[in-house]
Amino acid sequence: MSETILLSARGISKSFGGLKALADVSFDVYQGEIYGIIGPNGSGKTTLVNCITGFIRSDDGEVFFRDEEITGWPAHKIARIGITRTFQIMRPYYSLPAFKNLIIPLWSPRAKKYGGWRGGGRHGDRDTVAVDILEEIGFERDSRVPYKLAATLPTGYQKRLELARCIALRPDVIFCDEVFSGLSMSEIAGMIPLIEKLKMEGVTLIMIEHRLRELFRVADRVMALNFGEKIAEGDSSEVIEDSRVREAYLGNEGV
Amino acid sequence: MEETRKERIDRGLKVRTEGIYAVSSFEEIAYLVGPRLLLIVGVLLLPLVLELAPYWKRVVNIMCVYALLALAFDFLANYVGLVCLGGALFVGVGGYLAALFNVYLSLPFYLSIPLATVCGAALCTAIILPCLPLRGVYFAIVTLMYPILFSRIFEALNVLGGTNGISGIDSFPSEYLEEYMIIIAMLAALFGMRRLVSQDVGLVLRGVKDNDQSVRASGISLTSMKCLAVFIAALMGCFGGAYMAHLYMWAGLSLFALDFSIIPIAAVVIGGPGTLVGAVVGSFILVPLSEFLRFFGSFRIVIYCALLTGFIVFKSEGLMVYLQRKYHQFERMVKV
Amino acid sequence: MEILIYGIINSITLSLLSLGFALVYSIARVPNFAHGALYISAGYMVWLLLNKAGLPYVPSLLLGLAATSAAGALMYRFIIIRIRGLEISEIIGTYAIGLAIIEGLRWGGLRGMTYTLPVFFPGSTEIAGVIVDYQRLVIVGAGILVFLFLFLFTRYNRIGLALRGIAQDERAAMMLGIDSDMTALISLALGSGLAGFAAVLLLPLGNIVVEQGYNVLIFAVAVCVIGGLGSWGGTIIASFIIGFAQILTETFISSNFVMVVALLAIIVTLLVRPSGIFGKQKQLEERV
Repeated sequence: MSETILLSARGISKSFGGLKALADVSFDVYQGEIYGIIGPNGSGKTTLVNCITGFIRSDDGEVFFRDEEITGWPAHKIARIGITRTFQIMRPYYSLPAFKNLIIPLWSPRAKKYGGWRGGGRHGDRDTVAVDILEEIGFERDSRVPYKLAATLPTGYQKRLELARCIALRPDVIFCDEVFSGLSMSEIAGMIPLIEKLKMEGVTLIMIEHRLRELFRVADRVMALNFGEKIAEGDSSEVIEDSRVREAYLGNEGV
Repeated sequence: MEETRKERIDRGLKVRTEGIYAVSSFEEIAYLVGPRLLLIVGVLLLPLVLELAPYWKRVVNIMCVYALLALAFDFLANYVGLVCLGGALFVGVGGYLAALFNVYLSLPFYLSIPLATVCGAALCTAIILPCLPLRGVYFAIVTLMYPILFSRIFEALNVLGGTNGISGIDSFPSEYLEEYMIIIAMLAALFGMRRLVSQDVGLVLRGVKDNDQSVRASGISLTSMKCLAVFIAALMGCFGGAYMAHLYMWAGLSLFALDFSIIPIAAVVIGGPGTLVGAVVGSFILVPLSEFLRFFGSFRIVIYCALLTGFIVFKSEGLMVYLQRKYHQFERMVKV
Repeated sequence: MEILIYGIINSITLSLLSLGFALVYSIARVPNFAHGALYISAGYMVWLLLNKAGLPYVPSLLLGLAATSAAGALMYRFIIIRIRGLEISEIIGTYAIGLAIIEGLRWGGLRGMTYTLPVFFPGSTEIAGVIVDYQRLVIVGAGILVFLFLFLFTRYNRIGLALRGIAQDERAAMMLGIDSDMTALISLALGSGLAGFAAVLLLPLGNIVVEQGYNVLIFAVAVCVIGGLGSWGGTIIASFIIGFAQILTETFISSNFVMVVALLAIIVTLLVRPSGIFGKQKQLEERV
C-alpha cells in the first residue's frame, strides 16, 4: 500500500426528493489498498458508488482521481480512465455465452488502448482474450463453463463474470458492490484469492460489503456509513470497536 | 387418463450439422444452405420469371425497397432497442437529396444515389441526435414527428417543388440495372446485417438494448453506439428513397407518406421480430397484399394495423421464428 | 391585448388536449399514441349520435364521452394489458391502434361532406376590446374546471389518491394494496374521456377533419415532453409556453408554422433540458 492518494471524494451529497441519501461524505483511497465501505441497509453505500462512478449526478461535492477532477463526468468516461464498478444486482448479457459477455468491455476504447489483457494486441482476437480472462478468474478453460449461456451460470460464476467484466478493462480502481453477497462459504473462500491477486497486481479495490468478517480479512482500511453520513474510518479493528458503528448495526439496546 | 405434454426436440439433422460435421455430407450441407439458397436464387430469378408481367416487376422493386426499410426497423428496434415510428423520414430525405443531386447538380445516377445515401444518412442521424441520450420512448416520439414535420414544411413553404415535387430525374439506363440494383442491395443488406450483429460491434449494439448500464460501465458511450445504429439504419432507408426517386423519376411529398413508416413495422412484426430474415419475408407478404388492397384506399392501413396488433398481442414470435422452429425441431407428446 | 387573450385560450386548449396523454403516461407508464385517434373518434361519435341517431344535444355529448372512455378502457383491457411492460410492443401497439382508428375513419366515416359539431352558445362577446366568441370562453371555463377537478380528485378522493400513488412509485403503491392494473384501466378511461371532452369542446370551432387526429397527438406529445413526461403541473405550464409561442408565431410570421413551433420546441427541449421542465427522469435509484 503506497502513500499516494489515488481517489479522493470531498463533500458528496445527494438527495432524492425529500430523502437525504448522502450527507457530506469525504474520503481518500490510497493506491494499491483495499478500502472497505460498510453500513446498514439504506446507508447510502451504493448511492455513493453511483455518484463517484458517474451513474448519478451528486448534488454537491467533488471527486478527484490522480489530482484530476472528475466530478460530473459521464459514466463511460469515468470507466475509460480506469475506474470501474460491479453491479449489486447482477445483469450479465443473458443471451450471450459467458466469454462473449467480455467482448463488450474488450471492445471499449480503453481496452483498445491497453491492448486487451496482458498484451492481447490491438487487433487481437477478442474471443481468445476473453477466454484467457475467464481462466484468470477461475473458469476452467477446458470445461464447457466459459461457453455456457450467462443466464445458466450459478451465482458464484456470475459474480466472477461481473468482476471479469471490470478486469477486462485493465482498471486502476474497481468498486466491488457486494461481491460476497449471495455466495456460500466455499464460494467466498474461492473469491478471496482472486481479490488478493488483484491487489498484488496493483489494482485498488473499494469493496462495499455486508459480510463483515470476510471483508475484514482482506481490507486495509474501512469506512462506515449510516443514514448517508460517514460515522467511522480506520482499520478494521478500530471501526468494529467504534460505538457509533455498533449502534448503527445493533441498535441502542444491544450495546 | 395419462397426462401428456408437448415436447420439442431438435431434429437429428440439426444436431449433426453443428460444428465441423456440417460439411460431412451433402444432406447436411443441403439442410444448412438450402433455405438461404432458396431465398437468394428465388429473389434473383423473380424479375426473369415475371418478364411476362411488367407491372409485377415494378412491385418486386418496391417489395425490395420495403424490405430494406423493414431490415432497418428490425435492426433498430429489436437489436438496439430504438423504435423508429417514422421510416418515411429516411425515404424522404434520401429521395429529395437524390433529386437535388441529379436535377440541380446534374450528377448521374451512379453518383447521386450513393451520395444521397451517405449524406442523407448523416443528415438524418444529425437531426435525430438530440433524443439519443434519452429513453426509448423519446426516440419513438421524435421519429414519429419528423416525416410529418418535413412534409408540412415543404408544403407550407412551397420549397423543393412543394406539392408538385421535383421531377425530371434520370431513369436507369437499363431495365436489368433497375431491377437488380435493388435486389442485390437488399440481399447485401440482409446478409450484411446478419453478419454485423454477430460481430463484436454487433454484440455491443445488442448490449445497448439488453443491458445498457453494463455497456456504460464498460467505458462505451451509449450515445455514440446509438448514433452508429441510426446511421446504419438510415443508410438503408436513404438508399431506398434515392432508388425510388430514380425509379419514378420524381420526388415528392408522398415520399414522406405514412405507408413507408407503417408497412416496415407491420412486416417485421408479422415476419418475426429479431430475425432479420423475418423483415424480408414480411415485406414480401405485405407488399403484394397492399397491391391487392389498393382498391380499398385508406382501409388497407387499417388492415395492416389490425394484423400488426393481432400479431403483437397473440403471436408475437412472428412467422419466421415459427417456421424456423418447425424446420429445426419436431414435436411430440410424451407422458408426464 | 389580443395576443394575451388568444394566448390564454390557445394554451388552455393545448392543456385540455395534453392532459389525457400525460395522465395515461404518468399512471400506467404507457405512451398512448392512440390519443389523437380517440379524440377524433369522439367527435365523430357525437356527430353520428346527433345527426344519424337523432338524439338531442346533451345526451349525445354524454354518450359520446362515455363511449370514448369505454373505448380507452377496452383498449387497455384487451390489448395493452397483454403487452404492458414491453416498451417496444407498447409503442408499436398503441400507435397501430391509433392509426387503424384514424385511417378507418378516413375511409369509412369522414369523407364527402363537411362534418361539424354545433357550438354550445352561438354568438360572441367583447373582452377588453377583443372579440371573443362564447365557445372559446366555454373552453377556458371548462379547462379551469378540469384542472380543479383533477386537483381535487387526486387529493381528496380515494381513487384519485390511488392514481397519484401509482404515478409516484408503482412498487410502493402496489405494496399498499393498490391494484396496478385497475389504476391503469381507470387512467386510460380517464385519459380517453379527457380526449373526448376536449374534442367536444374544440371541434365545434371548425370542421371534423381526420388530420386533426395526428395534430392532436403531436401537440399532446410536444406539451408533455416539454413539461416533463410524468408531471401534470409541468404539462399545464408547458401548454402555456407553447400556446403563447404559437399565437406569437401566428401573429408575426404565418399560421403555417403553428405545427413547426411545437416540433421545434420538442427538439430544443431535448437538447437543453431533456427531462422537461418538471420532469422526473427516474435515474438509477431503483435499478442499480
